[in-house]
Amino acid sequence: MTVESSAARKPRRSAAGKAGTTGTKRTTRSTASKSTEPELVQLLTPEGKRVKNAEYDAYVAGITPEELRGLYRDMVLTRRFDAEATALQRQGELGLWASLLGQEAAQIGSGRATREDDYVFPTYREHGVAWCRGVDPTNLLGMFRGVNNGGWDPNSNNFQLYTIVIGSQTLHATGYAMGITKDGADSAVIAYFGDGASSQGDVAESFTFSAVYNAPVVFFCQNNQWAISEPTERQTRVPLYQRAQGFGFPGVRVDGNDVLACLAVTKWALERARAGEGPTLVEAYTYRMGAHTTSDDPTRYRGDEERQAWEAKDPILRLRRYLEASNHADDAFFAELETESEALGKRVREAVRAMPDPDHFAIFENAYADGHALVDEERAQFAAYQASFADEGGH
Amino acid sequence: MAEKMAMAKAINESLRRALDADPKVLVMGEDVGKLGGVFRVTDGLQKDFGESRVIDTPLAESGIVGTAIGLALRGYRPVVEIQFDGFVFPAYDQIVTQLAKMHARSLGKVKLPVVVRIPYGGGIGAVEHHSESPEALFAHVAGLKIVSPSNASDAYWMMQQAIQSDDPVIYFEPKRRYWDKAEVDFEAIPAPLHKARVVREGTDLTLAAYGPMVKLCQEAAAAAAEEGKSLEVLDLRSVSPLDFDAVQASVEKTRRLVVVHEAPVFFGSGAEIAARITERCFYHLEAPVLRVGGYHAPYPPARLEEEYLPDLDRVLDAVDRSLAY
Repeated sequence: MTVESSAARKPRRSAAGKAGTTGTKRTTRSTASKSTEPELVQLLTPEGKRVKNAEYDAYVAGITPEELRGLYRDMVLTRRFDAEATALQRQGELGLWASLLGQEAAQIGSGRATREDDYVFPTYREHGVAWCRGVDPTNLLGMFRGVNNGGWDPNSNNFQLYTIVIGSQTLHATGYAMGITKDGADSAVIAYFGDGASSQGDVAESFTFSAVYNAPVVFFCQNNQWAISEPTERQTRVPLYQRAQGFGFPGVRVDGNDVLACLAVTKWALERARAGEGPTLVEAYTYRMGAHTTSDDPTRYRGDEERQAWEAKDPILRLRRYLEASNHADDAFFAELETESEALGKRVREAVRAMPDPDHFAIFENAYADGHALVDEERAQFAAYQASFADEGGH
Repeated sequence: MAEKMAMAKAINESLRRALDADPKVLVMGEDVGKLGGVFRVTDGLQKDFGESRVIDTPLAESGIVGTAIGLALRGYRPVVEIQFDGFVFPAYDQIVTQLAKMHARSLGKVKLPVVVRIPYGGGIGAVEHHSESPEALFAHVAGLKIVSPSNASDAYWMMQQAIQSDDPVIYFEPKRRYWDKAEVDFEAIPAPLHKARVVREGTDLTLAAYGPMVKLCQEAAAAAAEEGKSLEVLDLRSVSPLDFDAVQASVEKTRRLVVVHEAPVFFGSGAEIAARITERCFYHLEAPVLRVGGYHAPYPPARLEEEYLPDLDRVLDAVDRSLAY
């Protein structure tokens, strides 16, 4: 598909075949737009109304009421966990927290689209995706409490450690995807990043590498409108999903507050990857409802009106409206979930408070896999120094 | 079986052996495939092992190292080439923030057996960014191992060991020695990767060097011998970890130490050696540890590099100054 006029802004499928099939020709969904904001792929309106979408309905066509309730439960529990972590930071139990408030649909929708053998490369805010992958939420908190720099085994859930340096993980994801191709496997990789990271050279390089090697990777950009204090306009002059066009693969913008749309679009993109059709850029258009982290003060750079406008598009509220209107969930479900949420909060709270400080010698552990003479020497010096306090009744 | 060959060929043979022995070994970098690398170090490898294992990459160093990390996470053992020393800096972030730290970050769950090959050093009359010696910039980073062979035999065996290492290894290749020939014994039992080696025994002073400067130090020791001075030459081979025990043993015998490297003296590996050897051998030393290396100025244009690089006279001058104490 070539550059279209401003009249047709919506990304469209090629005429060649059904979504995700091998018959789909490699075309770009990106369209150059003269308008300020292109349309989004949306399956659920903010009012909770299900709207038809010829291209993506197929990817959620078989979804059962139970699965819909599952998505709702995932989002509610993720938000509850997130709120608990923010509270724990305020109580001094965590040094820092990066809240995902507002981005639950983007994360749960995309996270639930992954298959067990897919591999996820997160930033440091993908608590909802971690939840979908089965990472115990309490494990995410160690690094924010300061007892480790990442407390889970990435290979247990195919969920890499959080990456703090912006955009680095998109290259790791691409390399991993290249490895999948070499292995002849049919799994896929999903790399998370944000609107701020879209400016990083590593992200551009990951687009280049994945395109030229046709790597099975989905780039999932949560455009939450803010990179700490800088608005997306400071990062780009074109809608981010359109960046893909220049690299030769499809880009699509999805309503990031619509869990069904995120699920459908990510499934489509992952199936493309598995089918050997290469990378896809998904831009989930969403909003960071909270501060960048607990150290940030958004009142210095943005107004309340913006937040209020996004509150009306809340991802959890809209699914609840849909569940209620379609009689897919009753009061008992919501009440039970409330109880479960509180139990999760309590479990997280207790787990964090019980988290011990690491042993002093953990400084030296794992600096190297095969050991290093200098580390051994300094560990011994450290031990002797520590032992010198023994006579004084401990340290 | 042994064969006399140039260092570039020895590295080539070592890569070939690794590719042959382990299907997880990959070679990747700019021009490493069809061309065989700008120095021909990877000559013929793509032809024999295919484009899937000897990979011509886009011209993006961060991308090369970043994707190598991803491949290592998938179970591969990539050997990546940075075409020239001065081109490594776009990858510096990936090397320092990710490659060096992921093992510790994962509490030991993740291993990154990545080898980063960097042809380094001057003396070949090149343009800017083609003659630098940035090893200290990497040695300062915990999580990396830094080695540099001085001869074809070490180049062969140290590459085997670097590829087998579960830690990331930055493998600095002294490009001006690529064409120097030496005997390589393919059935030898190699010395441990991070152990130094005495390449010439002496009693009056120790010259410690690695990579391209070992040959220079051997020449200096030969010249000094004609003046009746007995110099010991130590090939450090590894910058991180550095075999301080070997330096100490030598200095306790000779009581004098001169460290030679092409990299700038300021905050260079010689500074670390001087500090540690002074601490370890304070009562043995007859003179302060002296250093010969590059100046605190950008690497000069080719017509000036002979003045910038350590040469026989500068090494012998330092030897004389040390012996004069």
